[in-house]
Amino acid sequence: MNNSEVKLLQGNEVCAEAAIYAGLEFFAGYPITPSTEIAETLSYKLPKKGGRFIQMEDEIGSICAIIGASLTGKKVMTATSGPGFSLMQEAIGYAIMTEIPCVIVNVQRGGPSTGLPTRVSQGDVMQARWGTHGDHAIIALTASNHQDIFTTTVEAFNLAETYRTPVILLYDEVLAHMREQVVIPEPGEIPLVERLITSVPKGTDYHPYFPREDGRLPMSDFGGVHRYNVTGLYHDMWGFPSDNPEITNELIHHLVHKIENRTINITRMKEYYLEDAETILISYGASARSAIHIMEDRRAVGMSIGMIELQTLWPFPEAEIRKKCAKAKYIVVVEMNMGQIVHQVKACVDHPGWVYLVNRVDGNLITPVDIKRILRIIQGKGI
Amino acid sequence: MSITTYLRKRFMPHIWCAGCGNGIVLNSLLRAVEKLNLDRNNIVMVSGIGCSSRMQGYVDFHTLHTIHGRALAFATGVKLARPELDIIVPMGDGDALAIGGNHFIHAARRNINLTAIILNNRIYGMTGGQYSPMTGMDKFATTAPYGTIVPSFDTVELAKAAGASFVARSTVYHVLHLTNLLEKAIKHKGFTVVEVLTQCPTYYGRKNGMPEAPEMMQWFKDHTFQRGTEPKKIEGEMIEIGLFVEEQREEYCERYEKSLQKVGKV
Repeated sequence: MNNSEVKLLQGNEVCAEAAIYAGLEFFAGYPITPSTEIAETLSYKLPKKGGRFIQMEDEIGSICAIIGASLTGKKVMTATSGPGFSLMQEAIGYAIMTEIPCVIVNVQRGGPSTGLPTRVSQGDVMQARWGTHGDHAIIALTASNHQDIFTTTVEAFNLAETYRTPVILLYDEVLAHMREQVVIPEPGEIPLVERLITSVPKGTDYHPYFPREDGRLPMSDFGGVHRYNVTGLYHDMWGFPSDNPEITNELIHHLVHKIENRTINITRMKEYYLEDAETILISYGASARSAIHIMEDRRAVGMSIGMIELQTLWPFPEAEIRKKCAKAKYIVVVEMNMGQIVHQVKACVDHPGWVYLVNRVDGNLITPVDIKRILRIIQGKGI
Repeated sequence: MSITTYLRKRFMPHIWCAGCGNGIVLNSLLRAVEKLNLDRNNIVMVSGIGCSSRMQGYVDFHTLHTIHGRALAFATGVKLARPELDIIVPMGDGDALAIGGNHFIHAARRNINLTAIILNNRIYGMTGGQYSPMTGMDKFATTAPYGTIVPSFDTVELAKAAGASFVARSTVYHVLHLTNLLEKAIKHKGFTVVEVLTQCPTYYGRKNGMPEAPEMMQWFKDHTFQRGTEPKKIEGEMIEIGLFVEEQREEYCERYEKSLQKVGKV
């Protein structure tokens, strides 16, 4: 029997539904456009599932509360937009350093500053990567349609638990507020990763920061039988502060490598017609919808064009992009910012000079016509 | 059972200066925990950043050393996720009342069952002696070479106004009084604030004519009076100590549980 449900939902509602599907037990947030419907939906649905919802006094408090709750063994999430995401940065670094699983949704709007609260943008890609201070690795995912918002949101929880790390979901205003059909999968249809709990018995020393052979760090819930320290300072295997150069060196390498060395396992992308593509569009999020549209349109008139839709933005799949773009003459990055992913693409392909940017930054969704116009110029066909 | 069993001796010696009052507060706190005979597995200590916020490392509880000013926000998450845990939140005056002031008043407003201990040494010690929101008028600090020009908060009045259901003040001179208050505070159900005046001879004392710990402690003796008694008529400020608020009011997590029952879990 098929128990999946078909619904017509806003992207924000899909994100909330998917979080519950993934096992969300604790949400803390603060109202901000255009992410508020995630908090609204969860304030209604989470208590019915026995979960906890709290509206905190600001975004900093929200992310701190979910990190605290995560330590007690709960799956946790917060949701915000640009200004709130900026406020959360210090605590994102804390979750990275202390290796506490959590999911942070950033529904992007126009920036900088208060910017364009009700308009679309993809301006926070680099902030998701480098917003918190210091060296670190991060996982950031995105999606271009509601079905993918569902699977990507579930995936965020799975990655957070697998790698003991904060995972950022970079959605955008268009997806968040648009209504689209989505099939809610049956329970069990998408596999869920549950927290890896230590097998060290009571009375035996438990080292919270001593990785197993596979690199994973089993956790012990606060309130359980193992009492240990958690700190944002560099720390030893006990979780106690240390500035011993050997320990600090090992820890920063562990934090970066546990993600960067597994880029191939973490990253996902969709590919269209790459076999014969002389022109490859690279896009993600709402921009990818217009890119797919114009790709199909141009193919219909005989152009050898293909596309890569990025579903993982960080870690950036450099090796894969280089390989897939090796034969292309025109690599066209379509994004709604002044150029963020385009630099990442230039840095990894064989011919950076063959990489072009098509963007739109006025608060409106980039259109297929916007892309077509620039494609003609790039290919020397005039305006 | 000796209170030293509550200590993680492995991580000592501690980082505090000679003459620092933080150890006295820790001593009183552990005696209160011992009197209450609490299960260590049930205690979570959440701290922020600063000298006093390093206390958590030395105690054998579940311990969470967080970021500057946000200890109460982390503690709110732990408490709401696991309401049965006893949560103790030591903070410095800058941590609790400057950078963390917003979380402080909102935790009080919720009346969430956390024990907030504000170790007030009237200075930022960890960074080398800058003035704090509790330094007060006409005092000196490394960022106030010409004297401070802003009054301090009255922590007790602030906590009361924000809605804390237990508010007390003591000093490191009055250790038995302090232990007593901490014991009551931990037992109390609701948001609990205990302000403890403590000395920083290294920075506050040295900058303000009291470079030795004993004279600072003597000052706590001379310049305080018990609530309900007549203050001595001496030069300088007189600070009231004691228990100011102790009210039984419904606590946040209890209210949350009730509202869950109302919606009916599925």
